[in-house]
Amino acid sequence: MLQRTPIYSDHLAAGGKMVDFAGWDMPLHYGSQLEEHHQVRRDAGVFDVSHMTVVDLVGADARDYLRRLLANDVAKLKTPGKALYSCMLRPDGGVIDDLITYWLGGERYRVVVNAATHDKDLAWMQAQAAGFAVTLTERAELAMLAVQGPNARALAAGVLGGADAEAALALKPFTGVERGDRFVARTGYTGEDGFEIMLPATAASAFWRALLAAGVKPIGLGARDTLRLEAGMNLYGTDMDETISPLECGLNWTVAWEPVERVFIGREALEAQRAAGTARRFVGLVLEGRGVLRGHQRVQTPAGDGQTTSGTFSPTLGVAIALARLPAAAGDACEVDIRGKLHAARVVKPPFVRNGQGCL
Amino acid sequence: MSDLKYTKSHEWVRDNGDGTFTVGITDHAQEQLGDLVFVETPEPGVQLNVGDACAVVESVKAASDVYAPVSGEVVTGNAALADTPELINQSAQEDGWLFTLKPADPAALTGLMSADEYAAYLALED
Repeated sequence: MLQRTPIYSDHLAAGGKMVDFAGWDMPLHYGSQLEEHHQVRRDAGVFDVSHMTVVDLVGADARDYLRRLLANDVAKLKTPGKALYSCMLRPDGGVIDDLITYWLGGERYRVVVNAATHDKDLAWMQAQAAGFAVTLTERAELAMLAVQGPNARALAAGVLGGADAEAALALKPFTGVERGDRFVARTGYTGEDGFEIMLPATAASAFWRALLAAGVKPIGLGARDTLRLEAGMNLYGTDMDETISPLECGLNWTVAWEPVERVFIGREALEAQRAAGTARRFVGLVLEGRGVLRGHQRVQTPAGDGQTTSGTFSPTLGVAIALARLPAAAGDACEVDIRGKLHAARVVKPPFVRNGQGCL
Repeated sequence: MSDLKYTKSHEWVRDNGDGTFTVGITDHAQEQLGDLVFVETPEPGVQLNVGDACAVVESVKAASDVYAPVSGEVVTGNAALADTPELINQSAQEDGWLFTLKPADPAALTGLMSADEYAAYLALED
């Protein structure tokens, strides 16, 4: 039996084509993945991301614990509500998961991890907590909705109403605010402005319906993937995994090397890799001709072979795009092996689309 | 479309009555694939054996092979699909046809399913 989110029946009511995603019965689309993609780029859409895992960390050592657990440094979080994106690493530098940490103030933090990695993440986080005065609590009773698009904030604020709306509209990017039993953050995974809203599961359906009544359209996991790929954002399991370090998947910027005294899990391995120089670099690819790029296609370069890590047809740009790992010495031109034929592609720096505008 | 014949791999074939057949994917197949964004049709003159992977339809989420429903020689591909692959979503069994071929055996269609048989087959598949 697949797990269902609190608004499962709302997905069915909206015509959701349901699929098994990491053990959850989730909407792939509600009719047209392409239309949903454009809806988010041009107006506003809402994603049910309640399948993701929310964990609260509370205790005198919560901060020290996270400073050891994560490659990025939560000491950077100087105002309550501020968010930090980070990788959680193995001792050898491989990525266990990528996640967002919010500082809720005082000794309280909130972490949001991927759905597909739920079990191993919780086991790892719990194991690392030994010796720290910190309590980890999974908040499975919370639902999470992401409202994204150029009109998302205004429309979502209308539904939040009153002082909640005011507080939400005052948020700077990558910050959040607690409002009673709700948490509203100006974060997302589409390259558009918007909110991620955590609220009690019992309130999720009413909130969802109010958003739809306000003109926000439901968006499935299919469009979530094309949107995040256009935004150049990594997806765990395809662009990175436990065999890849953050230095090889374009996430160098999330590793806090300073202060040097901070010993985080994986630090030693990353320092060795940095000193030796990484053999591969993470890039964006744009197909020169017609066709569609997919994940894990062979990429031929004068410096040797690489591979795409995820690819798609970009609905916004009308061309095929991909994220790829290439030999460090690869130049600007390469060829991708699509079903046995080589197709010319050029190397670009992600993102491909930001705030609705093409970046190529 | 009572004049169409169907394969288990979700292609349809129409006998044009002039010694050629037209081939496409079924409405059911396009619905399963979702929004199509790229289509590759076979070159004229290519010899196909029944079951050969002969065309590719790609949706936003996946690429799928199209298999030759009968043996024969490709006559022409549907050029309109190059710029408007969504024709298949809009009209899989008319405007969204893939290619025409000259069948090696004009009686080859008798082995394929009728519309009713295909509908029953889909019901079983679900």
